[in-house]
Amino acid sequence: MYEIRFHGRGGQGAVTASKMLAMAAFKENKWVTTFPFYGTERRGAPVTAFTRIDNVKIELRSQIYEPDAVILLDKSLLKLVNVTEGLKPHGLVLINGKQGDFESNNGFKVAYVDATSIALKNHLGDPSHPIVNTAILGAFSKVSGIVSVDSMKSAVRDISPSKINENVNAIEEAYEEVEVV
Amino acid sequence: MVMTPTAYYPTTNIKTSSWRTSKPVIDYSKCTRCMICWKFCPDVAIDINENPDYEAPADRIKKMEAPFIDYDHCKGCGICANECPFDAIEMVREGEDK
Amino acid sequence: MKAQNVTREIMTGNEAVATGVKLARVKFISAYPITPQTAIVEKLAEMVANNKINAKFIEVESEHSAMASTMTSEMTGIRSFTASSSHGVLYMHEMLHWVAGSRLPVLMAVVNRAIGPPWNIWADQTDSITQRDTGWMQVYCESNQEAMDSILLGYKVAENKNVMLPIMSMQDAFTLSHTSEPVIIRDESDAYDYIGDLNLPFSIDLKNPLGYGSLMPPDGPFMELKKDMRDSMYRAIEVVKEETKKFNEKFNADFPGLIENFMMEDADYALITMGSMSSTGKYTVRKLREKGMKVGLIRILFYRPFPAEEILKSIKGLKGLGVLDRSITFGQRGAVYEDVVTSLYNKTDIPIKNYVIGLGGRDIRVKDYEKMYEGLMEGEDSMEWINVGGK
Repeated sequence: MYEIRFHGRGGQGAVTASKMLAMAAFKENKWVTTFPFYGTERRGAPVTAFTRIDNVKIELRSQIYEPDAVILLDKSLLKLVNVTEGLKPHGLVLINGKQGDFESNNGFKVAYVDATSIALKNHLGDPSHPIVNTAILGAFSKVSGIVSVDSMKSAVRDISPSKINENVNAIEEAYEEVEVV
Repeated sequence: MVMTPTAYYPTTNIKTSSWRTSKPVIDYSKCTRCMICWKFCPDVAIDINENPDYEAPADRIKKMEAPFIDYDHCKGCGICANECPFDAIEMVREGEDK
Repeated sequence: MKAQNVTREIMTGNEAVATGVKLARVKFISAYPITPQTAIVEKLAEMVANNKINAKFIEVESEHSAMASTMTSEMTGIRSFTASSSHGVLYMHEMLHWVAGSRLPVLMAVVNRAIGPPWNIWADQTDSITQRDTGWMQVYCESNQEAMDSILLGYKVAENKNVMLPIMSMQDAFTLSHTSEPVIIRDESDAYDYIGDLNLPFSIDLKNPLGYGSLMPPDGPFMELKKDMRDSMYRAIEVVKEETKKFNEKFNADFPGLIENFMMEDADYALITMGSMSSTGKYTVRKLREKGMKVGLIRILFYRPFPAEEILKSIKGLKGLGVLDRSITFGQRGAVYEDVVTSLYNKTDIPIKNYVIGLGGRDIRVKDYEKMYEGLMEGEDSMEWINVGGK
């Protein structure tokens, strides 16, 4: 079983990201569960979302305490939330940002992608609220190897309410640009 | 002694500023002290400074009481900026100082 | 006949309920929004607007009115539905008694959310548990599949002419309502084949006007009416078994029925659970079995009527039993515990422990289950609160 925890702010698409990832894995015949943990439902508030992926039916319904990967959509959360809490040894940390944004010497695999720029370049959201979820998922499929980028694109085509081509573009660009430290 | 669901400290102690992603900045050279921003703020996050020492669009305005943003409690909703009839308030993304 | 149009999709518990309502050919929906049930009503409103479901949807100003209008709609002989949660369920409390006493097979989805104060939107079964005295049948879902299937099966049981009692179907807040997982969407025509139309023998008829629920003095059949409610509720035990069989045959499904026995055949110790927390329990049972501990889990689906016989059968051979209550009712012990113990009175010697867990959405973890199973081995019958006060 592979467990991923997303950290974002309400309105940025963290919850949609967790659903898109689940859909992508579902298309590869995996069993998935995905759910948010809301503080309170409003824009700007920190939001955590969880996705579990397995080859068999998933029975675990508790929150994810020891994720295999954490994905951070908004680096301003680093000051507020311990995003790597419980992350398994050698777990993956994928950050919307650039090298140096995250200090860690815990043996985690750290990857960066400038999802904000990719999103804005593709007219997804606006400078005060960029929609970075599809970009970060493209990066995730590259660095985790858990789902293929084609499944990810297919899931995004199914779920995106609009700007499908822009979202698919964002996936592809992020897939190319993501860097592992 | 029993446990009750009461908060034993003033709720103003809770800083709700971490919620915002952009903040209002008042350009006092345009602010006529009309107080519309203060009236509209849904969070009571705009206070009144009775002896301000800010810029003003005209001398006679300089001594008038002026609004100021309580950045500990402003959640960045942008209603003040939207309502200001003089475009004296700008929403600036957090982390990008002007 | 194998269903033609069966699809498998990822959906949330709320979406699953709305889909179940559509499959059940509900004709009237009236509800008031409350987190975390809102998406059920939003989805249904969308379906009505897009003609995906042929139903009348009305907005009301409160849950009390939601139940009043759902009830009166049902009285005209149309299958009617509402949904609520937490304080919304409390708000309609007197109407719940009225619907059950009027013998109307309404179905309500309840997303189990804590009761305040303090204000809390997360999973906790106190809202529906505190309505266990109203005459409504109750089924607790473990998965989004059950959330959907319970709507079809629920109406069928409620509308049985030897039952004629309303039923509520429960899904835990967020752990089911907002959790997306794969669900098999039953074929529409198979669903209609299974459920048919509502045939209410005493529905309102302008040509034959009757009095409904008016004054009944002590020497009138008040007690007889109440006894009939009780007898009908417990006749539903057999009806649930029959309908479960028919449902599973029709849809090639595996709905468990009144209860589910998980690895109980050779178990020494077992926990009784209800709702979504049962899944984590099963995960823990597997984990402990790998370590050689002979543990099992009994999951109650139908809490009303209470399946006493089934539980008595399941506990044969156990050395210890524990009952989880994800609610607080301030009785001597928890609600489910009290029902279990009453059912087993004078029929077993095994110690039965009561665990209070997960109130206000406090997460129920593998290590909590491990602690509870270990607790059973101490051989006593205390009431223990799990994961409270930082323990």
